[in-house]
Amino acid sequence: MTVAQADGSALDTLATDPLLQRKPRTYWSIALQSLRRDRVTLFAIAFLFIMAVLSLLAPVFAKGIGVGPNDTNLDNAFQQPYLGPYIQWRTGQDPTTAPLMLGKSGGVPHWMGTDQLGRDQFVRLLYGGRVSLGIAIAAAALTLILGVTVGTVAGFFGGPVDDLIMWFINTSISIPGIYLLIIVTSMFKPNPITLTLFLGLLGWFGTARLIRGNVFKVRALDFVLAARSVGTRSARIMLQHVIPNSLPIIIVNAAIDIGNLILIESALSFLGLGVQPPTATWGSMLNRANNFVFLRDPETGASLALHLLSVPGLLITITVLSLYLIGDGLRDALDPMMKNIR
Amino acid sequence: MHRRPEGPVQFMTRYVIRRLLQAIPTLLGVSVISFVLVYNSPGDPILIRTFDPNITQETREILRRQLGLDQHWTLQYIGWLTGVTLRSGDVVEEFTRDDFHCSYAAGLNTTFCNSGGGILRGNLGTSIATNQAVWERLTERMWATFQLGVSALLFSLLVGVPLGVLSAVRQASLFDNSVRVLAVVGNALPSFWFGLMLIYYFGVIRGWLPTGGIRTVSLTYEFDLVDRIRHLILPTVVLAVGGIAVISRFMRTETLEVIRTDYIRMARAKGVAATRIWFVHALGNALIPLMTILGPAILGVLSGAVIVETIFSWPGMGRMTFSAAVQRDYPTVLGAVMFFSLLTILGNLLSDVLYGVVDPRVRL
Repeated sequence: MTVAQADGSALDTLATDPLLQRKPRTYWSIALQSLRRDRVTLFAIAFLFIMAVLSLLAPVFAKGIGVGPNDTNLDNAFQQPYLGPYIQWRTGQDPTTAPLMLGKSGGVPHWMGTDQLGRDQFVRLLYGGRVSLGIAIAAAALTLILGVTVGTVAGFFGGPVDDLIMWFINTSISIPGIYLLIIVTSMFKPNPITLTLFLGLLGWFGTARLIRGNVFKVRALDFVLAARSVGTRSARIMLQHVIPNSLPIIIVNAAIDIGNLILIESALSFLGLGVQPPTATWGSMLNRANNFVFLRDPETGASLALHLLSVPGLLITITVLSLYLIGDGLRDALDPMMKNIR
Repeated sequence: MHRRPEGPVQFMTRYVIRRLLQAIPTLLGVSVISFVLVYNSPGDPILIRTFDPNITQETREILRRQLGLDQHWTLQYIGWLTGVTLRSGDVVEEFTRDDFHCSYAAGLNTTFCNSGGGILRGNLGTSIATNQAVWERLTERMWATFQLGVSALLFSLLVGVPLGVLSAVRQASLFDNSVRVLAVVGNALPSFWFGLMLIYYFGVIRGWLPTGGIRTVSLTYEFDLVDRIRHLILPTVVLAVGGIAVISRFMRTETLEVIRTDYIRMARAKGVAATRIWFVHALGNALIPLMTILGPAILGVLSGAVIVETIFSWPGMGRMTFSAAVQRDYPTVLGAVMFFSLLTILGNLLSDVLYGVVDPRVRL
């Protein structure tokens, strides 16, 4: 009788043991599990998801409301948000204001008011979200591709290759990034695509340094030595072993990077250097509103541009905040050391 | 031969000298990168200067030739770097005016001119927009940026340090969590929007504070300290937000580290009053590592200055660089970039040296 036969019945009971039937817990499943419990991060992800969907559906909303992002109506400039009066109308508190506003705007409900040219702010915010989020995500993808490639190559090969790359990175980092971007954008007058390229091409230095540091650690591990000793090519080792081990850093970095890029893009657009008008971005909407800080209603003295000043900035803040929170949440979820402490 | 072991001071001196020598190729690289970016950009600085329709095309060409803008950018770069310009052909036989000297080398069929300037000799050139020396323009604006930067730095320390220490003292309390949330929000807050909202509320609606500028414009130009401080408040707050977020987090971590040490436990066991432990024993030791933040903080202020100065019409270097870039005033932009890069390199060096001073175990 072999050992297997003797233990056959025991093995059978083991095989039906529900504890052993569980799927194996991998690094990623553990991370996902701890992410599921992180309410703040989930909330941030939900907000971003809604924001992205709203932006993607911008044409649908524009059609539903009946006004495009660049449709002007000079007779109806600086209309206050329709949302408040609408609620008061429906609840019967104020039956006059909302219909009057509708009459003035030609039946178009301007939920978040109109700007100095009578353009609908809500629709512009949605279209602006497309540009702002689109540019930030595309530029982040570019910085990641460049940063991961250069960082991995520098860290993996070391020596003179690393020296040369690090000299270039340290030199570029010595120029304060925002000045470099201001110079480039003010001289080239970018469109969304060239702006993405500028942001991406001038933004990958930090990522490359981060990845390089991690590659130094991974390079010294035994499985890399094992792969090398069986004659695996460098390119394959990098793609199969080194980069997957940088993946947690890459993912966390991506979230924070997108947030930073939204801030930078909106700052440039605010200065009038980003995407040129009439294309709406959150930053450029604030650039316009900036001119009307002092504008008041001649009769009531109430500020006319508060809705133009507050809403786009609030949207930028919440979006960037969500991305930072997601970055933090992912860092906690993806860091195996943190879990032992908890 | 027997050599005496190197002392910490000699070691530090050698380290600083080595880093300063390393800065030379870095600055050369910076000069190449920024020059290539600026000079290969579209747009014509001459056309912007000479918008007057009475100016003929010939005049523009002469102006362009005078500034050397018609040449290949490599030649312009050499001229900017060394102050030596060259032009093929026999432009002048021999020419000397003040410290400007030209001569024709027949063998090379090239005229060499030495303007006595060039950034290698510390001359940042002359602004196309105002015909002032770039260095003069920078120094004019430096004081304003310095004032704003120092007050922002002080403000962020005054707010950030107590917030951080108190968060550590009341770890995991409501206060700690609120500070944590505020720090994240402070990082995500776009400074231009925050500044705009402050201008809107305190300047326009309440009318408590001026909405911009460095002082109230008056005929007498008398120095009025109260007026200056009133103008300084809003930009300082906006510029300090990022610093407060970083410093409060940093101080929290450092304080938590310190209060786990034995000497704090000892002080507690001896029955030293809690406030004395926190603010004398713990704060004192947690403050030392804060010195290392100084370098990055200076750089943060320098980067933030451009936006804050622009929204508050603050006559500093950041706003000047921005408007020079818009006006395509190449020499001013390049001079400012070189200056900021030098400051960045020095700031990084300062923070690395302070790391070594604070913690001698750190090998530089």
